[in-house]
Amino acid sequence: MSLILDNISHIYSQGDAYEKKALDGVSLKIEDGEFIGIIGHTGSGKSTLIQHLNGLLKATEGNIYFNGQDIYDKDYDLRDLRMQVGMVFQYPEHQLFDETVFKDVCFGPRNQGLPEKDVTLRAYEALKNVGLDEKYYDVSPFELSGGQKRRAAIAGVIAMKPQVLVLDEPTAGLDPQGRDEILDMIAENHQRYGNTVILVSHSMEDVAKYVDRIIVMDDGRVRFDGEPKEVFRHYKELEEIGLAAPQVTYLMHDLKDAGYAVSCDATTVEEAKDEIMKMLGSR
Amino acid sequence: MSFIEAKDLVHEYIMRDEEGNVEGVQVALDHLDLNVEQGQFIAVLGHNGSGKSTFAKHLNALLVPSEGTLYVGGMDVSDESLTYDIRQTAGMVFQNPDNQIIASVIQEDVGFGPENIGVPTEDIWARVEKSLKAVGMWAYREHSPNKLSGGQKQRVAIAGVMAMEPKCIILDEPTAMLDPDGRKDVLAAVHELNKTKGVTIILITHYMEEVVDADYVYVMDKGKVVMEGNPTGIFSQVETLKEHHLDVPQITMLAHELKQEGLPLKDGILTREELIQEIDRICH
Ligand SMILES: Nc1ncnc2c1ncn2[C@@H]1O[C@H](COP(=O)(O)OP(=O)(O)OP(=O)(O)O)[C@@H](O)[C@H]1O
Ligand SMILES: Nc1ncnc2c1ncn2[C@@H]1O[C@H](COP(=O)(O)OP(=O)(O)O)[C@@H](O)[C@H]1O
Ligand SMILES: [Mg+2]
Ligand SMILES: [Mg+2]
Repeated sequence: MSLILDNISHIYSQGDAYEKKALDGVSLKIEDGEFIGIIGHTGSGKSTLIQHLNGLLKATEGNIYFNGQDIYDKDYDLRDLRMQVGMVFQYPEHQLFDETVFKDVCFGPRNQGLPEKDVTLRAYEALKNVGLDEKYYDVSPFELSGGQKRRAAIAGVIAMKPQVLVLDEPTAGLDPQGRDEILDMIAENHQRYGNTVILVSHSMEDVAKYVDRIIVMDDGRVRFDGEPKEVFRHYKELEEIGLAAPQVTYLMHDLKDAGYAVSCDATTVEEAKDEIMKMLGSR
Repeated sequence: MSFIEAKDLVHEYIMRDEEGNVEGVQVALDHLDLNVEQGQFIAVLGHNGSGKSTFAKHLNALLVPSEGTLYVGGMDVSDESLTYDIRQTAGMVFQNPDNQIIASVIQEDVGFGPENIGVPTEDIWARVEKSLKAVGMWAYREHSPNKLSGGQKQRVAIAGVMAMEPKCIILDEPTAMLDPDGRKDVLAAVHELNKTKGVTIILITHYMEEVVDADYVYVMDKGKVVMEGNPTGIFSQVETLKEHHLDVPQITMLAHELKQEGLPLKDGILTREELIQEIDRICH
């Protein structure tokens, strides 16, 4: 069980003046149950890439295999793919459309053909998980604040319990506690159900804290692919392509430059704390 | 009188069903008191739904108070005859970079605002030049906005507001959609406007790192101001911030945790430099 992208290219507006090669020969293998982060400057192709994973965009060149099946095969059921690969889009306001928040969250599971009782249960569970207060369940999604809309959009997708959960910058606009709670919840579900999670993010700190593998996109290509501490070792190259390392990683480099005997691999507060205590303990 | 003065400001959103009957009332601002002096760089923090955007929309009369008063540059926002002048005094920049640029050429987009308020043509171009230069986007004046990165689009949006020569700019999560570079550029542009042109800045954000260089910080919760002070003072109160669903910059958090491990560090460390100084002090 896996997701394989074989030499994918995507060209927007092929043939006219606005022609743009947004993906250029991307090959990736994503194993079942991985927790992956995708980073890259704006326009590097992140959103284009993930929209291929549920068949929303079709590659101009290359093939995609989901659980061993070619998704571009004539007989392949793309509707089924969309049930299994759930996507939280970059702009949540584009995802909300029903009369009330609750009905909106019910839409996905109902579409999956679940019995109405389960649909309701799923919706309650999901809304609880994203920390949206009950008083908002019956209001129109358009009467929510920015961050509340974001939470509702995430609830709509996790209510479907997809095998592969793809989130395009899901924490933009969330308050700090909301950001932590929602990412913690996603990580917990990932632990419990072993689903695959793909997180597109501009927060190096969040990516470092949650994912096991980072894919760095640059100008339609995969620039780095590896464990967070490996990828963030290339912080100078990351800066050249508009990215950065987590704050604490810079601190470790500063400490080392100041003559302290520390390793610079820390990418989270926890790791930095341990490394600094170890260094001070050995003095 | 302060440049911005909110006193007992209340805003209630009235929710109606299809027939127009009142279904419910959402109190978004609940007797908010807040002052801003001209030329200050103010940050506003608060959890989702705490009333930040609602307050921002009052500052340029997109919404009017249900109760209480709000004065901007000495003008009462409830006075409809002043709406025009208020919008010229206080400009807004929003979150989504894709919704803010309308023209197909950047310099035209920046010229729209002044044109709309009847600025003479030759002055418009002078203003366009000044604003695009101020945000570092002059070289792109003849480009199409489609080709810009998110951070560049936001800087053009800021230039568009600047061309109206407002005394104050309100930015409602201007960096939420941006990559690290874009965030840095936008923040630098805003600080520059504040320092060199004395523009009053109200920055609403969920990124604690962006607050570190503000003059003063307001924290909102349930439509009220619940904390205020300078960044060092605010970020010294890690536990209180958490109660309001907020956080501290990553370096501040690390310092806080090191302190809990027993290191004698001072409170409210905001930057890498400060933390290293403190570690130096402990080690020597
Ligand atoms: N158009 C509206 N109609 C009804 N209620 C609204 C409307 N807009 C906002 N609200 C409600 O008013 C309260 C304050 O919302 P506001 O948008 O000011 O929050 P915010 O602090 O900007 O939040 P965020 O950080 O999520 O952007 C919330 O409870 C929200 O649900
Ligand atoms: N619908 C579209 N039509 C034409 N070009 C597009 C479209 N969507 C994205 N692009 C272009 O493709 C490139 C990659 O964009 P995108 O995948 O949105 O990047 P990211 O998500 O990393 O910011 C950019 O140059 C962008 O302008
Ligand atoms: Mg994108
Ligand atoms: Mg808001």
